[in-house]
Amino acid sequence: MTTITATDTPKRRIDFTRPVLWLFAAFMIVLIVLPLSWLVVFAFTDKARRPTLQNFVTLFTDPAFLDPLMTTAIIATTSATICCLVAAPIGWLVSRTDMPGRQIIRALVTASFVTPPFLGAVAWELLAAPNSGMLNQLYRYLTGAEDPLFDIYSLTGLIFVISCYTFPFVFVLVANALDNMPGELEDASAILGGKAWTTARRVTIPLALPALVAGALIAFLQAMTLFGSPAILALPAGFHTMTTKIWSLFQYPPKLELAAAAAVPLLLLTILLLQGQKFLLGRRGFSVVGGKYGAPRPIEMGVWRWAALAFCLLVLLNPVFLPYFALLNAAFSPNATTLVTPSTATLHNIVFVFTELSSTQLALRNTVILGASTATVGTILALVVAYVTTRRVIATHRLLGFLATAPVAVPGIVLGVGLFLSYTRPPFVLYGTLWILLLAFLTINLPSAYQQLQAAFATIHPELEDASRILGATRLQALRQITAPLLRTGVIATWCFIFIGVMRELSAAIVLFTSQTKVLSVLIYDLNESGDLAAIAVLGIAMLVITFTVVLAVNRIPMFGGGAGARLRNS
Amino acid sequence: MRRRKLSRRDILQGAATLTAGSVFATPLRAQAPEPIAVTSALVEAAKKEGKLIFYSSMDLPVGEKLGKAFEAAFPGITIQIERSGSERLFQRIDQEFASNIRAADIVNSSDASHFISWKKNGWLMPFVPEDVAKHFPENYRDPDGLFATSRVWLSSIAYNTNLVKPEDAPKSFADLLDPKWAGKMVKGHPAYSGTIMTATFQMVRELGWEYMEKLAKQRVMQVQSSTDPPKKLSLGERAVMADGNEYGIVLLKEAGQPVEPVYPTEGTPTISGPTGIFKTAPHPNAAKLFQAWLHTRETQQFFVDFTAQYSVHAQVQSKPGRRKISDIKLMKEDAEGVEKMTEEIKTRYARLFRV
Repeated sequence: MTTITATDTPKRRIDFTRPVLWLFAAFMIVLIVLPLSWLVVFAFTDKARRPTLQNFVTLFTDPAFLDPLMTTAIIATTSATICCLVAAPIGWLVSRTDMPGRQIIRALVTASFVTPPFLGAVAWELLAAPNSGMLNQLYRYLTGAEDPLFDIYSLTGLIFVISCYTFPFVFVLVANALDNMPGELEDASAILGGKAWTTARRVTIPLALPALVAGALIAFLQAMTLFGSPAILALPAGFHTMTTKIWSLFQYPPKLELAAAAAVPLLLLTILLLQGQKFLLGRRGFSVVGGKYGAPRPIEMGVWRWAALAFCLLVLLNPVFLPYFALLNAAFSPNATTLVTPSTATLHNIVFVFTELSSTQLALRNTVILGASTATVGTILALVVAYVTTRRVIATHRLLGFLATAPVAVPGIVLGVGLFLSYTRPPFVLYGTLWILLLAFLTINLPSAYQQLQAAFATIHPELEDASRILGATRLQALRQITAPLLRTGVIATWCFIFIGVMRELSAAIVLFTSQTKVLSVLIYDLNESGDLAAIAVLGIAMLVITFTVVLAVNRIPMFGGGAGARLRNS
Repeated sequence: MRRRKLSRRDILQGAATLTAGSVFATPLRAQAPEPIAVTSALVEAAKKEGKLIFYSSMDLPVGEKLGKAFEAAFPGITIQIERSGSERLFQRIDQEFASNIRAADIVNSSDASHFISWKKNGWLMPFVPEDVAKHFPENYRDPDGLFATSRVWLSSIAYNTNLVKPEDAPKSFADLLDPKWAGKMVKGHPAYSGTIMTATFQMVRELGWEYMEKLAKQRVMQVQSSTDPPKKLSLGERAVMADGNEYGIVLLKEAGQPVEPVYPTEGTPTISGPTGIFKTAPHPNAAKLFQAWLHTRETQQFFVDFTAQYSVHAQVQSKPGRRKISDIKLMKEDAEGVEKMTEEIKTRYARLFRV
């Protein structure tokens, strides 16, 4: 693969790229290195900041720490496996077959992604709490049984709920990879006599594999660093995960050293995984959008189309239909888990949330402001870093790529502490302002935004830019005229991805919020701790409505050359 | 009842060895400021500020109702209520002060020992409402005028009447150790809730850690806030509440939910919630107005009637039809004791209950 480096460019016009890029690099370093260094300092020192390994000794000799570590490993592994098993077939069905309702299935997966995991956890409490859960009530009513069918307050229950809201990460990557795969490659295989399975084995699967592996990795990390679902479901069941354990260390008086040290195993595990991914995928290049291609031909499934659709809908019952039903029911119910009838329906919960609950307006405003600003800044940042790393523009591109990926290893809650330690003292006193939350959300969402845009860049062969630059365009012109239109879909998707990510985020916010900078996720979490389930249902639905409205609106904004040539192969 | 009938006042004074009397016998004892009534000048000054930020651990609908009553009484002032568990609020206030953030105007905690710390730190503003000076017993108000007890309530046992027959219901804390309740109980967490912290202290003092060890073996559903167990009970999620707000149970019962409080034979843990203004309050006049208004006879009566809690205001009557606090055997409060044992309770509790 040949790339043209900056030194080869025509010198006639000044190229502002490099100073701008160095500025971005500096910003990234402050953004990520500062909180992480504070964490490392705390992990390896005592209260007086004298170097010590005592924190790790405490950690690894106390079963109260080792149990959560084991539990977390089990949760992350099982969830990632479940996510791949569910997401890969659905991704393939939606992208490559003539299954009916493919757009609807995509929309429903998006809906599960948009649903914050903590909201899903509360909804599943309403559905499958062993005694009051609606599904268990129904089961008892139908069978007369005494024992519950489901117990959501259990390890299995927690893994199930986490998987429900993590599989879209895998789906998005797999479906995008399959969408962007040129049909010609499969056609070529078929023309050369390859049977369907041979084509799948030799062409489709290898081309989709990087996406699946990346998906599995993200699913694993998501499951490992999630805070809300374990806090809602594991604590009543009487066990901790690493994130809830770390959170409990922040209780008064906070044991920040132990918390920082507890993050180190998670950090190492992630680095190991990222290395593993590199090793598995080797050095194969996967850029497939070069010149012009045809769309892949959908596979005809005959009568199996309907079976496939039924399978997809059955899967989506769990993250979407059932939880939304439970939330809607609770919103109008006088008693969160009693089935609403026209005669018992009440507007009381809605009136309470919007007229009596004094934090609602503030939290709504803060959340929307943070969502939009984080998404905008984050997309720009991820775009630049992805460009630099895929096109190897500056010498430090590896470092930048690593920095953009590193936060994935840091549980939000730990990052929250890192930021807290960094920004409660001069020169940057940001605690108590929305800025600190912006930094937190930016850092948390950067890895997936970066990976998404990097994948988008990787599928666009640099030959297109090179052609433009050979014809005399500067790097920025080439980007604006050639690459940007090709990336439009990816950029909008990333913006939405971050916006949704902010709506979903709880773990860092829970450490960093103050009464004036409260966000919806924190408000909902507080309401869960005091058992106000109906208010959660109302707020949760409001949150989903806002998210869907924003995401739909953004998808209609013409950007980067308007609607023209969103995907080359479509034009 | 075999016990001697006591007046409400006797019980409150006798049952409580509250913060005030013991803690503030420090040599450096300032004089409380002159009592202040709700004057039009104060109202005007508060209206200019237009806003009040109230940190509180009260059950949310209860707290918001109180807030709405204040807004209705003084139009032009909006109140923002920061509700969380008292132990969580305590940590947050500490965190905010350490970072020079002065968001909170006024605080009502359900762990009276928090006021010992805040007083030691010098964070509280002296302010004595007229009603507090005239009608509050001495051991329910700070001698230096930094805070006063705005409410008293209990952490009781309770059961769901759909799931448990009255004759089978537990009568005492000891009954909760019966294997038949294994997996059927719900309780709050002392590292989150000031109510549960205070109640756990009293239970450990009366029954010993052995009791907690045995209770932990009963596979108890562990929720966070003391306001949650009554709600889980009324949903039917668990049959018995091992601890939690009694007022929540009374309110749910009055609303027709299938719950019934039980006042354990060993005595019922008693909690008092003082309110105080921070020296650094961004809205000091609104805070003073709120503090004065909150402790008037009218507000206290409204509060008692609406929330099923108890008031130490001498002129407040209990609501007809409700059980009087004087008819309940209470455990003694000891905020100083709680302060000394907070760490131990958090650590041992986490070890026993594993969360």
